[in-house]
Amino acid sequence: MVIVPETISGRQEAQSPSRMTPPALRLRKPSQPAVTSDSVIRAEGVTIRYADFAAVRDVTIEIPDRQVTAIIGPSGCGKSTFLRAINRMNDFIPSMSISGLLTYRGQDIYGPKSDAVDLRRRIGMVFQKPNPFPKTIFKNVAWGASINGYRGDIHELVERALRRAAIWDEVKDKLNQSAFALSGGQQQRLCIARAIALEPDVLLMDEPCSALDPIATARIEDLIDQLKTHYTVVLVTHNMQQAARVSDLTAFMYMGELIEFDATDKIFTTPSEQRTQDYITGRFG
Amino acid sequence: MTGITGIVRIKERLIHGVLFLCALASVATTAGIIWVLAAESYLFFQELHLLDFLFGLRWAPLLEPKSFGVLPLVCGTFLVAGGALLVAVPIGLGSGIFLSEYAPSRVRSIVKPILEILAGIPTVVYGYFALMFVTPHIIQPLAPGTDIFNAASAAIVVGIMIIPTIASLCDDAFRAVPQSLREGAYALSATRLEVSTRVVLPSAMSGVIAAVILAFARAIGETMAVTLAAGAMPRLTLNPLVSIQTMTSYIVQVSLGDTPHGTIEYQTIFAVGMLLFLVTLTFNVIAQGVLRRFREAYE
Ligand SMILES: Nc1ncnc2c1ncn2[C@@H]1O[C@H](COP(=O)(O)OP(=O)(O)OP(=O)(O)O)[C@@H](O)[C@H]1O
Ligand SMILES: [Mg+2]
Repeated sequence: MVIVPETISGRQEAQSPSRMTPPALRLRKPSQPAVTSDSVIRAEGVTIRYADFAAVRDVTIEIPDRQVTAIIGPSGCGKSTFLRAINRMNDFIPSMSISGLLTYRGQDIYGPKSDAVDLRRRIGMVFQKPNPFPKTIFKNVAWGASINGYRGDIHELVERALRRAAIWDEVKDKLNQSAFALSGGQQQRLCIARAIALEPDVLLMDEPCSALDPIATARIEDLIDQLKTHYTVVLVTHNMQQAARVSDLTAFMYMGELIEFDATDKIFTTPSEQRTQDYITGRFG
Repeated sequence: MTGITGIVRIKERLIHGVLFLCALASVATTAGIIWVLAAESYLFFQELHLLDFLFGLRWAPLLEPKSFGVLPLVCGTFLVAGGALLVAVPIGLGSGIFLSEYAPSRVRSIVKPILEILAGIPTVVYGYFALMFVTPHIIQPLAPGTDIFNAASAAIVVGIMIIPTIASLCDDAFRAVPQSLREGAYALSATRLEVSTRVVLPSAMSGVIAAVILAFARAIGETMAVTLAAGAMPRLTLNPLVSIQTMTSYIVQVSLGDTPHGTIEYQTIFAVGMLLFLVTLTFNVIAQGVLRRFREAYE
């Protein structure tokens, strides 16, 4: 057991009462993560291969708590591969192999004691294309909690998640309608609600707005900004304005390598690397 | 120039015509069969009231006093087909989930062809298997006094026969569920079992239902195995341990016997055949309808 430093746990309590797993939220395997430093996700020399092809090469990065970290880079540079390694969604690809060290709050994500199902309780994910279940709006949000053995007031949980995802007012009168009846932007916010209903610690988002129109995109961006008071957000995006608008830190990847990782302001005004400069000014990619 | 294009055009027309004739042949055969069934059934129902046929409780067309109530045959048919579903649905559904959700592609590539071999075994072999193995070595030790011909053994082997249909159609239905739904569920910390049973299965439910209905229709139409295993004793009973007769095995019995053509006894097989045709047609149409709705759901 790692001793939790007073300052950090105190800060978390102040910022996120929800994360402290209140008595009502008795979820399966209530694993309390071991806090070792300010960074939530840490990669050290991580290389991810599909068969022989290294899609991510020797990436070292520390993703801080309660911030929005954006990952940008040209198509095929390994953004999704890296993101999906964090909650082990790549496990389903038989040819995938990973080396190096990837940790979540000090726990080795790919270590022998790590359990992918438990890990995904703490690290939620929102996908590029909205993927609600063919169930009602209510059941979409309640599903994750119900399979995790939630015993509290499910209606309260669903409402809280839908409010936090800024979609409650639009759906409160039609909770029993099919989720497919919603617009794409609403579906995506529903998927965000579904993810945060589990009270995760980290939220991974892989181009969550790429299938949406500008108005729906603006709503999700507002939402991401609010989410960071409760969650650590890692956001993959193709849209550089979006990265500039919503993220605190930006990582630039190119051909599987992490080229530069810094405060978003710095990346977009005075990057240290020529390749970053070229990319953000639109000279390639 | 015009000569060559002319020849090409005639050739095209010829090919077109031949292909059309091929298509016509199968349609015409079907129409002919329906015509014969309908015409002979019509003659039959000149002699006997339709309601006496459909709701009569005793089937004894070849014995005095004669009686033409088809319910014992219908009952026997549904007893065997229903029993077959009890065997085939759990195993077929389980195999479908295994193939689509659990099996690595290497295992899948071995299991699928095995299922197809199972589907290709001549049905008379299943009948002998029921008679020589299932009844004496499985059913009779468990339930002494069971007839050597009995509905249970027929139900078991017909169940085995329709497992590939259910497994393969369920596998198709599960594979049609978008991968993104599975990912969404896994990302919510679902286990593989939860993803399979609580996301994939409900999403593919109409495909599963269609598979079961199609398999049921196949079980109803199954002939050789049932004739060998279940016997030829028309009986209005739900007891699976005694000999019964199904619609199909009655048709076999009369077709192979020496009943003179043109008699009402002979016409019974067309009336029974017509009924059998209508029942299986109904189930097939329902299954197709369910399947179509299922396809639309993901387009
Ligand atoms: N399942 C897979 N099998 C083999 N190669 C893959 C697989 N998935 C991705 N790749 C390859 O890995 C590399 C990185 O892919 P990845 O999806 O991570 O890129 P990305 O940065 O997310 O791109 P995009 O911006 O287009 O989404 C690409 O070259 C891709 O072709
Ligand atoms: Mg991607």
